Amino acid sequence: MRRALPAVAVAALLALTACAGSTPSDAAAPSSRDGELTGPLTVFAAASLTDVFTELGDQLQADNPGLQITFNFAGSSALATQITQGAPADVFASANQSQMTVVTDAGANAEDPTVFAENVLEIAVPPGNPGGITGLADFGDPDRTLAVCAPDVPCGAAAEQVFAAAGIIARPDTLEQDVRAALTKVELGEVDAALVYASDVQAAGDGVKGIPFPQAEEAVNEYPICTLRGAADPRAAQAFLDLVTSDAGQRALVAAGFRSPSS
Amino acid sequence: MGVAFLVLPLLGLLVRAPWSDLGPQLAQPQVGQALRLSLVSATLATVVSLVLGVPIAWVLARSTTRGRSVLRALVTVPLVLPPVVGGVALFLVLGRQGIVGRWLYETFDYTIPFTTTAVVVAETFVAMPFLVISVEGALRAADARFEDAAATLGADRWTTFRRVTLPLVAPGVAAGAVLCWARALGEFGATITFAGNFPGTTQTMPLAVYLALQSNPEGAIVLSLVLLFVSLATLLLLRDRWLGRSGVPS
Repeated sequence: MRRALPAVAVAALLALTACAGSTPSDAAAPSSRDGELTGPLTVFAAASLTDVFTELGDQLQADNPGLQITFNFAGSSALATQITQGAPADVFASANQSQMTVVTDAGANAEDPTVFAENVLEIAVPPGNPGGITGLADFGDPDRTLAVCAPDVPCGAAAEQVFAAAGIIARPDTLEQDVRAALTKVELGEVDAALVYASDVQAAGDGVKGIPFPQAEEAVNEYPICTLRGAADPRAAQAFLDLVTSDAGQRALVAAGFRSPSS
Repeated sequence: MGVAFLVLPLLGLLVRAPWSDLGPQLAQPQVGQALRLSLVSATLATVVSLVLGVPIAWVLARSTTRGRSVLRALVTVPLVLPPVVGGVALFLVLGRQGIVGRWLYETFDYTIPFTTTAVVVAETFVAMPFLVISVEGALRAADARFEDAAATLGADRWTTFRRVTLPLVAPGVAAGAVLCWARALGEFGATITFAGNFPGTTQTMPLAVYLALQSNPEGAIVLSLVLLFVSLATLLLLRDRWLGRSGVPS
């Protein structure tokens, strides 16, 4: 009990400074009376969501000055492990269904997950497209220098799916350990093309050029989100989830290169 | 206490190893391929380091020029550089868009990245400082008066170096080569950045271990154990051969 006291004191202090008008007994509660959200909110989200979730978090915080949003951006599998090991998180957004399943199988979710975004593969080429890449078929050319993710990581598994669907035998020169490493090699101009996610192309800005291809529809990656059972303030957690699935949230995701869920 | 700190993680690997399906895990063709590539590239990197590194060590130990401390600092840069940064640095020089690499590409249509050559280059870059530092230490400890004596007896500099200096510091060179080989064998960051990862050409054991960890942690433990046993066995064998024959000069 003694160890918990400083945390309570800090929380109370934060709440006090946030809503100066309320009485001390109200101040200790995670949220205030008139609908405005206060207190801490911890969001665990896939690394690919870093930019767009930070932006949405700033929005929510601007509407609720008493809210203290903390993000933990990392690989979805690392986050899922942390949550099942008892890390204090209020919301979890995963980059794929399988890592969300890890969390729901452990019973850590407060409700059924909702798919809030989709990501598809895109061909990334250096500016000016020195390799003259026109479509997915060029990945079967042994004379070009090509990067694809290793089949052990999600973007590599998706790549295998699209190659199988297109009937292409890929001839990559390197199987990268994650999507960012593949993108870096395009940015350095060391490969003619790499297969990455559309959102990664968007995030890289002018450093790379994206070429969409029709076979990408064969490996659509779904991003599920849910609030967690141990949430300090379920209302704040729900408010963040609602913002992500709202029109404004969807617009921000689309601007970042994601797609709105089709179903 | 110190020994426990170093040994317990290894014991952890042994305890968690899936002994029952060790056979099928090892039978995968990629394991032998990666192991062979690791051993070959680490050995080549050691040879290159010996050829390039021993002269550097000699200059560091014997010359008295002012640039010496600068040279030593430059040589030890790869020791403090995170290997991934080393890999990017290699790209900037030897990559297709790099200072030297662009010339190679445009003149000879030859590129280094994503080849076994790139693996050796990356491993040499990271491991050579270990050799240079230990050989320099051995050269400093060796008595320079023997070289002076050889010179007064009419030996030219190359003969002196070959017949007097090298035998004198042989144990130091051997120790440096072993350290260099071990570091090259375990190299990960610079290799995966500069050489990429492709089975048979650039996927060494540490890269195979890292990727197996993403999907098959038990397989990763098996691969780690293979690398551990092969490197330990090699080091013990070499220790007997080298130190047994040459011994410590009296």
